[in-house]
Amino acid sequence: MTTQMIKERVSQFFQASFENRDISEDEDIFSQGFSNSLFAMQLVEFIEAEFGIEIDNDDLDLDNFRTMNQISALVGRKIQAMAAIGAAAP
Amino acid sequence: MEVVGTIGAGTIGTGVAQSLATAGHRVVLVDVSDEKLDNSLREVRRGLRTLKLLGASSDVPDPKVVLGRIEPSTDLSRVADASFVIENVTENWEIKKALYAELRKICPLETTFGVNTSAIPITNIASLMERPEKVVGMHFMNPVPMKPMVEVIRGFHTADSTVECAQSLVAGMGKQSIVVNDSPGFVTNRVMMLTVNEAIFLLHEGVASTAEDVDRLFKTCFGHKMGPLETADLIGLDTVLYSIEMLYENLNDHKYRPCPLLRKMVSAGRLGRKSGRGFYQYARAAA
Repeated sequence: MTTQMIKERVSQFFQASFENRDISEDEDIFSQGFSNSLFAMQLVEFIEAEFGIEIDNDDLDLDNFRTMNQISALVGRKIQAMAAIGAAAP
Repeated sequence: MEVVGTIGAGTIGTGVAQSLATAGHRVVLVDVSDEKLDNSLREVRRGLRTLKLLGASSDVPDPKVVLGRIEPSTDLSRVADASFVIENVTENWEIKKALYAELRKICPLETTFGVNTSAIPITNIASLMERPEKVVGMHFMNPVPMKPMVEVIRGFHTADSTVECAQSLVAGMGKQSIVVNDSPGFVTNRVMMLTVNEAIFLLHEGVASTAEDVDRLFKTCFGHKMGPLETADLIGLDTVLYSIEMLYENLNDHKYRPCPLLRKMVSAGRLGRKSGRGFYQYARAAA
């Protein structure tokens, strides 16, 4: 999955959650006052369900989820790590 | 660490179980169905992950470790091993009465019972037990893992050692406690529910035009973190109505009469955050 595809899916989630407000790729959604702590966990759960990954305890840091760019970087890393495990499996 | 029985896996019971297990206790968590218990364990995991995500505490333990300390069960007799039982079932006298009749048969005489209630007099519950001196009120606030204070209630018969035991358990959960004497609504809810009800009257009578106006006045003028109507939405309007009715019934004072608008909203299913709408509308993520 390309970075662009990840961003598109996250962008759709943001648009559905924030009533179609335009959010740029580097905009911090937690400093803008239109999201809160409840939304933070909903976002993590959306990412896990949407991309079939599990966010480890060590990655549960708001700094991984502040912007679309940060989210897509994390998701990309997780997907790569899963692929590596899959390739190494007998 | 001692085993603590936690009965009722609703919002508060789940928060209590999470806080106890985080503190290192083994917890026997009892409710009537596996579905409720599954939901509760999911919420514990979610709660711990949220704390970690928000950096609320530097040492949030791994959810797997905490969940490993919680034994879910639909069998009430599993609490027999617990030296301390915290009961968090629905705020309904008949339900609590039936439960304590069972606990009286199941638990050893030396068990201490923490009654988690926001409205039912502790002395009424204690009267159901063979050793009423072992019954103490523990009014946890929502969300339990985030709230640093517990109102501990001394019933008519509660022994000093029982109060100390409850305070020590609360301290081990990293929380403070303040002991008050038994009276309907204790200190917190007697004032809070009256304030919330009066704020609803102000909206009902058109003294304030909007819920936002009421809440902003409290937040801006008094520095409150939340206004009374936002607080009502967080508590749940059905719980607010039940609590104010309990105050009215127990104190027989007209000032506790529920506002008609509160009754109407509860009948209409506008219960606050939990139903998605109360005085405010709550966005749901499109997951």
